[in-house]
Amino acid sequence: MLAHLPILQVIVPLLAAPTCLILRKPSLVWLFTLLASASAFVISILLLQQVMAEGTLIYELGGWSAPWGIEYRIDKLNAFLALIISGVSTVVLLAAHTSLEKEIPQDRQTLFYILYLLSLTGMLGIVTTGDAFNVFVFLEISSLSAYALIALGKDRRALWASFQYLIMGTIGATFILIGIGLMYQMTGTLNMADLASRLPEVPQSRTLFTAYAFFIVGVCLKLALFPLHLWLPNAYAYAPSIVTAFFAATSTKVAIYLLIRFTFSVFGVEFSFSVLPLETLFLALGLLGIFVASTTAIYQNNVKHVFAYSSVAQIGYMIVGFSMATSAGLTATLLHLFNHALMKSALFLALGAVVYRIGSAELNDFRGLGRQMPLTMTAIVIGGLSLIGIPLTVGFVSKWVLVVAAIENGWWPVAALILLGSLLAVVYVWRIVETAYFKTPEPGRKPVKEAPITFLAPVWILVSANIYFGIDTRLSVEVAQAAAESLFGVSP
Amino acid sequence: MFAVVMLSGIYGLLSASFFVVMDAVDVAFTEASVGAGISTLLMLTAVAMTGRTEHVTRHKPYLAFAVVFVTGCLLIYGTLDMPYFGSPDAPSHQHVAPRYINDSMQETGMPNMVTSVLASYRGFDTFGEVTVIFTAGIGVLALLSVVRGRESDAEIETLNDSMHEQYLILRIVIKMLIPFILLYAFYVQFHGDFGPGGGFQAGVIFASAIILYVMLFGLGTARRVINQSFIQILSAIGVLIYGCVGLVSILNGGSFLDYSVLSDDALAGQHLGILLIELGVGCTVASVMIIIFFKFAERNEYIQSKNGKST
Repeated sequence: MLAHLPILQVIVPLLAAPTCLILRKPSLVWLFTLLASASAFVISILLLQQVMAEGTLIYELGGWSAPWGIEYRIDKLNAFLALIISGVSTVVLLAAHTSLEKEIPQDRQTLFYILYLLSLTGMLGIVTTGDAFNVFVFLEISSLSAYALIALGKDRRALWASFQYLIMGTIGATFILIGIGLMYQMTGTLNMADLASRLPEVPQSRTLFTAYAFFIVGVCLKLALFPLHLWLPNAYAYAPSIVTAFFAATSTKVAIYLLIRFTFSVFGVEFSFSVLPLETLFLALGLLGIFVASTTAIYQNNVKHVFAYSSVAQIGYMIVGFSMATSAGLTATLLHLFNHALMKSALFLALGAVVYRIGSAELNDFRGLGRQMPLTMTAIVIGGLSLIGIPLTVGFVSKWVLVVAAIENGWWPVAALILLGSLLAVVYVWRIVETAYFKTPEPGRKPVKEAPITFLAPVWILVSANIYFGIDTRLSVEVAQAAAESLFGVSP
Repeated sequence: MFAVVMLSGIYGLLSASFFVVMDAVDVAFTEASVGAGISTLLMLTAVAMTGRTEHVTRHKPYLAFAVVFVTGCLLIYGTLDMPYFGSPDAPSHQHVAPRYINDSMQETGMPNMVTSVLASYRGFDTFGEVTVIFTAGIGVLALLSVVRGRESDAEIETLNDSMHEQYLILRIVIKMLIPFILLYAFYVQFHGDFGPGGGFQAGVIFASAIILYVMLFGLGTARRVINQSFIQILSAIGVLIYGCVGLVSILNGGSFLDYSVLSDDALAGQHLGILLIELGVGCTVASVMIIIFFKFAERNEYIQSKNGKST
């Protein structure tokens, strides 16, 4: 069975989804979903171990060898991503049953879990596959289910947010498809490793340039790079809390994975960074993203909006690391990807707990919550500190690595700007702390109780992960470094 | 909006004939049944729900125009260096394709090589596509479900009955046609390995027969014929059939979706595997199409009955 782990990673949640439709009863379906997600998590741990020990795993689907059939190719990078995705998904699901009680009507809960599983499947499928067209297929699964999940939000505005995301996401997916199609036309293959070996032989042509440009723009739409981020804040703010916690930690990360995979493994560093002015372009957009989005976050009145804009800013940090095109820079990107997933899932899940109790995420309603929901608010504070990058939290580790990478690269001003960006994070996190701890609640409002244990447990698992991986950085840094180095060493 | 939908249907039909001219019969078949057939139908339902005219917007879409213009230019720029149309030296004809063309008959035993690529060589992509369709069905189900009360049900039915009494000739013709359409769907389903066709097209054709029935006999009657939860479970079963074929091949010692190990003889195994997965595809596609249409139509009815009450 061990040999089949790569495919089981994807088909366990995939086959669990239609089975849920047959099970029907929401609480049963919840347990089943949790089980499926947890087994995906276990599989990803096993896979990562195997990859770290033995190197790249190859799995040929349908028994056809690579360029003719589809193959799964698991290296350090995608094993790492699969671990993040399935891990966050499992922890978030722990709280799902409680949270859905108040956010989604009973008769739609089963469908919610099915969509959740499908979206998990889609992301895992994108990450594990070694075939360019297969990426597109799973991208469709994950995005279709994402649109539906976001539209399930209680607020009517969720529909509009989802529609915006649908339009932007579909444009992105079409661009990606055009890119893949043109690549096929120039090389006659869809397999990534095969593409990587055949693309350099193709003379530098306009078609290839167009293929790359379309692909990159499509991916950037999906990952909400700064000027293309407009769909993200509303989608995150109005989706059901569970969905936000899951997506904030995973969906943009998958797009970043695609960007890294195609830039480094498929097209190769030389093509990507010499033909196009990618370095400066991404650096500029990344930095702009950090500042504009952080500043916007300061002026938001809905806490979900604050953290959503902060997500756009954090993506900026990852893109800055990416734009360095060095192994150290890429390590920083991957590390921040992991750490940001931990921070944002903790923060949004804690927000979910607040929404569960007070029914809104408006900053004004946070007044006095510091005393009434001490554990939840402490979690938000620790998550916020991590977002700023205070030592002993994961945020510090990734910022540190990023700054060091920038300095190594001789980019002093960039390093300074990164630190300056953190100061903006101090401002928006402080606004929340101030409101929650130092303002008295409106006189007429009934005091609320602490969130139920089903919420607190997963929130605190994530918060302790934030602290644990901030102190013991062996796992995250080691894997991120190994993955980055493998991308710069031999192409897979 | 009505014109837009109709034009896009015509576009679908035209491009289907393009594909026929270029000898891509399978693609043409899909385009004709999906592009020109069912998607036009679904769009018409959507138009019936939302209204035929667009709201007048105040701002001028200059920015959008610029973006579209730049994209278009880039696409044309990209075509400049493309290999010539139909040139045998083009990379896409040189690398992977020859094996499909020369060896697929020996390796899978399928005379129709499109089916062999679709269902066997790249069977996992097809599995993904089926899941996409399933996702779409679930999405529509999650978003458009209406809770129906008993009495409003009866009310709607009477409304429908009066509406559908009128088209007598249509009803008789359709009644005669439906068995043939269904039969044709089954032919396409099971003949996919030899001629153009397969689960996707068959599913769509099957669904369109049901949709025709619904359109002419009303939702109430159709609801008595077709059990909703059965259809929903059928859509799940389609995906499960496909997946289980894969799992069985794992258990038989092959890799996922390796049909050769399904039977002692590799070719017979391929044949069996492809037959089963096509069946799964057909199930899911047909039932998802029916689900989507039903949900749209129910929503429509719901809105109409609400309007009826308020006036």
